[in-house]
Amino acid sequence: MRTANRRAWQASPLTYIALIVAGVLSVFPLYFMFIIATKRNDNIHDTPPPLLPGGNFGDNFGRVLANEDAAFMIGLGNSIIVSSAVTLGVVLFGSLAGFAFAKLKFRGRNALLLMIIGTMMVPTQLGVIPLYIMMVKWFGWSGDLRAVIVPFLVSGFGVFMMRQYASQSVSDELIEAARVDGCSTFRIFWSIVLPILRPAAAVLGLLTFMQTWNDFVWPFVILTDDTPTVQLSLRLLSQTYYTDYAQVFAATAVATLPLIVVFIIFGKQIIGGIMEGAVKS
Amino acid sequence: MSLSTSAAPQHAVPPHRPRPRQSRGSSGGLTRFDLKFSPYLYIAPFFLLFGIFGLYPLIYTAWVSLHNWTLGGTHEWVGFQNYTDLFADAQFWQTMKNTIGIFLLSTVPQLLLALFLATLLNRNLRGRTALRMAIVIPNVTSVAAVAIVFGLLFSRDFGAINWFLGLFGVDAIDWRAHEWSSWTAISVMVDWRWTGYNALIFLAAMQAIPRDLYESAAIDGASQWRQFWQITLPLLRPTFLFIVIVSTIGGLQLFVEPLLFGNGRTNGGTTHQFQTLTMYMYSEAFENSRFGYGSAIAWAMFLLIVVASMVNFLFVRKSVK
Repeated sequence: MRTANRRAWQASPLTYIALIVAGVLSVFPLYFMFIIATKRNDNIHDTPPPLLPGGNFGDNFGRVLANEDAAFMIGLGNSIIVSSAVTLGVVLFGSLAGFAFAKLKFRGRNALLLMIIGTMMVPTQLGVIPLYIMMVKWFGWSGDLRAVIVPFLVSGFGVFMMRQYASQSVSDELIEAARVDGCSTFRIFWSIVLPILRPAAAVLGLLTFMQTWNDFVWPFVILTDDTPTVQLSLRLLSQTYYTDYAQVFAATAVATLPLIVVFIIFGKQIIGGIMEGAVKS
Repeated sequence: MSLSTSAAPQHAVPPHRPRPRQSRGSSGGLTRFDLKFSPYLYIAPFFLLFGIFGLYPLIYTAWVSLHNWTLGGTHEWVGFQNYTDLFADAQFWQTMKNTIGIFLLSTVPQLLLALFLATLLNRNLRGRTALRMAIVIPNVTSVAAVAIVFGLLFSRDFGAINWFLGLFGVDAIDWRAHEWSSWTAISVMVDWRWTGYNALIFLAAMQAIPRDLYESAAIDGASQWRQFWQITLPLLRPTFLFIVIVSTIGGLQLFVEPLLFGNGRTNGGTTHQFQTLTMYMYSEAFENSRFGYGSAIAWAMFLLIVVASMVNFLFVRKSVK
C-alpha cells in the first residue's frame, strides 16, 4: 500500500506530456511575437503561419524609431523612470511600515494592519474619475509623469509582504540588543533590519517593477500621446498602424524583452515570491 | 493580542529603571519620543498617500455621481438622476451582460485548469523550475502585448487560429463580429495570462498539505480521486476563496483586452457586443465628458463586484466543505 501511494506521487509520462503541452501553449504566443517581429509584413499572409524567424527585425524596428506619432523611445524612457521610481517607493515605504508592524509595539497596530490588508480588496477603477479630476484641477499633473508615480509609491501588498518576512526573519533579541546599545529606532531599521530584509525586498522590487512596467489603465487616462509610457506607445502603434503588423510586433517585442530577460534570470526567486505570498494570505 | 502588550509599558515599567538606554547622550525624553512615535511615522507614508489617492477618490466618486459634472466647470446637483437614467439605459445592460458573460467564460475554465495543472506540478518532477517558469511567463507579459499578439492570432483573414480550425474544415470565423466569438477570444487572452499564475498559487497551498495525510488515507484504501476530494479540496478552501475573490475583482473590471481587441476603440464593436462596464465608464467620462454618469457606472460596477464576491464566498464555502 505504501509503495502504491508513493507511486502516485511519481510523475507518469502522461503528466509530463500534459505539462509540456501547457508550457508550449504558454510560450507559443510570445515566440510568435518574436517571429512576426523579424519577418516582412507580407509574411503574415503565409499559410501555414510563419513559425521560423526571419532577418527583418532591424528594418521593422527602424520603422518604429522613425515613427514620431508613437514616440516609442520616449515611452521606453518614461517607463524606465516611472517603474524605477515606483519600485523604490514601494520597497522603501513597504520595508519601513512592514518593520513597524512586525517588530514595534504601538496602539492600534492590529487594526491598522487589517485596514492595509483591506485596501488590497478595493477595486482600483472605482476611483479613476475623481482621481483624474483631482490630478487636473488640484495638482495640474495632466500629462505629467508625477501623476503616474506619486499615487503608487505605497502599496498594501508591499507593506504586507515585508511585514510577513520581517516577523519571521528579524529576531526580537537583535533589536533589543541594539536598543541597549543606544541605537535609535531609525538606526536599527537602517543598519540592522534593512540588510536582513534584502531578499524579500528584491522580490517585491521585481514584482513591482514588472507590474508598473505593464500598467495600462491609469496612464492611458492621465497621460497624453506625446508623453506616453511604453504600453501607451504600443497602443498608439497598434491602433494607427494596425496593417503594418511587422512594425507593431517589433515594438511589442522590444517592450516585452526586458521583462522576459529579468524573468529568466530571477525566475526562481519571482516564483518563490508569488508562492510564498499565496500561502501567507 | 498586541493591543494589550503595546499598552503595557506605560503602566508596568517603573520610571527609574536602571537601563543604559541613554548611553549615547540623547536625553531620555527623546528616546521615549522615538519609541512612542516612530512606529506611526513609519506607517504614515502609506496612510497619507492612500488617503489622498485611494480613499478620498472613492468617496468623491459617490459625490460626483450625484451631479451633472463636466470638467469645464458645471456641477449641477441632480440627485439620483444618473442612477435612474442608468437603469433605463439599454447600453448599460448590454455592457453588464458582456462583463458578466466574459467573466464567467474566462474564470470557470481558468480555475479548473489551474487546479489541474497544480495537481500535476505537485508530483515529483524533473525540470520543475523550467516547467513552472514556462506556465507563469504569460503573466510577465503586458496586457497590451497580449492583446496585440492575440489580435493577430484571432484575425479573420490570416489568423493562426482560423488557419488551425480550417484544418478541421471549420470556416473562417470573424471573431470580433459576434457576441459569443468576441467573448471567447477575450476569455482566451485572460486565461492565457492568468491560468499559470493561479496554478502556482494552488500549488503553493497543496505543498503545505502534509503527505502523511495521503499516506494514511491510502492505507485506509482511499483511491487517488477520493483523496483529492476528501483531503486536497477541503484544505485548499482558503486559497480557493482568495483566488476566486481576486479573480472576481479583476475580471469584472476588464478593460485593456477588449479595448485593444477592438483596435483601441472604446465602443466594443459596432453593436457594443464586447464593450465592458469599464469601457462604457471610460467612454462616458473621458470621451463624452459626462463625469457624473461615468461615476454612477463606477458605483454600479462596485456594487456588482461586492455582490459577486459575496455570492462566490457563500458558494465556495458551501460546495467545498
